[in-house]
Amino acid sequence: MMNKHARTRLLAYSTPLILSAILLALVVAVTLFGDKALARMAAETLIRVVLVVGLWIFAGNSGVISFGHAGYMAIGAYCSAWLTLKPQMKALFLPDLPAWLAGAEWPMLPAALASGGLAALVALLSGAAILRLTGIAASIASFAFLAIVNTVYSNWEGVTGATSSVVGLERYVDQWVALAWAVAAIVVANVYANSGSGLALRATREDEIAARASGIDMYRHRLLSLVISGFFTGVSGALLGHYIGVLNPDNFYLGITFISLAMLVVGGIGSLSGAVTGVLALSILIELLVRGEQGVGIGAATFALPGGTQEIAIGVVMILVLILRPSGLTGGREFRLARPAWPKPAPRNQIKTN
Amino acid sequence: MTSLAQLFFDAAALGGIYAMAALGIALIFGVMNLVNFAHGEYIAFCVFALIVPSTDAAAVMFLGKAPALLLIPLILTIGALVAMASEYVVFRHMRKASPVAMMISSFALGFIIQNALLAVYGGRPKAISLWPELNTPIDIAGASVPLLQLIVILTTLAVVTGLAALLRKTRIGLEMRAAAENFTMARLLGVRANVVITGAFALSGALAAAVALIMVTQTGVADVRMGGHIMLVAFIATVIGGLGSLPGAVAAGFLIGAASVLLQAFLPLDARPFRDAFLYTLVIVSLLVRPQGLFVPNSAKPRV
Repeated sequence: MMNKHARTRLLAYSTPLILSAILLALVVAVTLFGDKALARMAAETLIRVVLVVGLWIFAGNSGVISFGHAGYMAIGAYCSAWLTLKPQMKALFLPDLPAWLAGAEWPMLPAALASGGLAALVALLSGAAILRLTGIAASIASFAFLAIVNTVYSNWEGVTGATSSVVGLERYVDQWVALAWAVAAIVVANVYANSGSGLALRATREDEIAARASGIDMYRHRLLSLVISGFFTGVSGALLGHYIGVLNPDNFYLGITFISLAMLVVGGIGSLSGAVTGVLALSILIELLVRGEQGVGIGAATFALPGGTQEIAIGVVMILVLILRPSGLTGGREFRLARPAWPKPAPRNQIKTN
Repeated sequence: MTSLAQLFFDAAALGGIYAMAALGIALIFGVMNLVNFAHGEYIAFCVFALIVPSTDAAAVMFLGKAPALLLIPLILTIGALVAMASEYVVFRHMRKASPVAMMISSFALGFIIQNALLAVYGGRPKAISLWPELNTPIDIAGASVPLLQLIVILTTLAVVTGLAALLRKTRIGLEMRAAAENFTMARLLGVRANVVITGAFALSGALAAAVALIMVTQTGVADVRMGGHIMLVAFIATVIGGLGSLPGAVAAGFLIGAASVLLQAFLPLDARPFRDAFLYTLVIVSLLVRPQGLFVPNSAKPRV
């Protein structure tokens, strides 16, 4: 007979199973019944899952909002481009790369892992500085980090191509590749959140001072979570690069920062299920709005939403959620097979929230 | 070779703009712990209020045609109204929300304003010529200084002293300082929360409008993204100065202006495009040395 605590912790591991099953069902349905455009949309959505779950590993557990994650994405995306582009292309467009990098022609998977690794390394170095700050000051310092990355990548002509885009990345990312990484991110996020370090970090999120008084070294746990988070964010950048095929520093600036934070907040920043729910909900909304902006034919007339509707609508949804349901659609709860009897009875329709 | 006096005027003028933007952010943060990410968009909004709404490449003056005596109060009022409206529509409903939630919603609000401007005015930067005669240089102490720089420096000094007087001598100023110190206690003692917060937003919006006028005259360009960079610098100034400290925000604004001008003057040519990267690295280093900022207000110490 297990005690209640052990049972709760064991049940926590059902969350990634449920989330992965939802994503798998989505991909299977799209592959069987959807057209090519729908399959691409599914791939893009799953890349966003990797990104937002990566962001959640840090922001969700520590309660510190990071504006710097688009920077880790850029680092991962460009690293993968350096490793996988054809040497002739690199000699032409990125002449200042060091010789060993200019000649590199790595397979895709090791390149993606290396991109995540480089982003994690940068997360370790930048986090070592930024996380000495707390709360809002840390958020603003992470914004400064994003500006540093953007300035460097927009001006380092011979290595990043500066503002002229890097083209010719092999577009190998389809919905199945993205699904594999999304599941990996979800599993790691869940294991980390339920590890000793993850629980300690969530204690600091609830009450910094009480957690410190209980002997929790906040800095160390935040840094560890930022490194794991940086890895998956870097991978999501690499995936996005190989999904679009073109890289530009401004792809990894305020726009994507806004979208990823919106997804996290709308779904509910307190839980992993919230992060995934937010991505799915907003991706569907974005898709509808994009189709709306392209125009919908009703009878003979075509109705099109004006350009920019998409961003404005997402902003409005985000503010409404923050005002009306501050803890997001999932309310900070996880999808689980069954809830333990404590602390309160299971709310209805839990899984149907997306 | 640029002379020392030239560097001084450049630094003081740039620092003055940063200081005014930082004041606008620090005022609101002091009163309601909101880091207002929409502030840069207030600036952009005021700039675009000068021209006729259209997506054409050429800008046609709209409000900008008015004489300066009329235009300045008009734009300041528009800035104040935009800020007050955003408070009324969004932040008034978030009085009990956490600072993080408010920060994110201000980020969303900024994005909404920016995309609304994009939809109305188009994405291409437009040339505007507002008071071009202010850019003619005059000679002072061996440096040739555009008249505008002098005006910026004097305006900043006037704004800072005016604000200091407002905060020290008037009832609303007293209430604002009380609210910044301890909002709950201030309310218990009869401070009118909504009046104070609306007042802070109005002042902040007017400051954004002043920054907008200066930037337009200086650069001659209206760009939807023009508020982004100055807002980031202003945030950094408020953090370096000590979140919530008004003198700190002003001092840090000038400090960043000076650092920026010095980096521009003394960095080797190859490294100049990376000036901002060096600047922000300096900022992170300075935060490592003094995580609480240069001037720590009493209200910043957490109570247990």
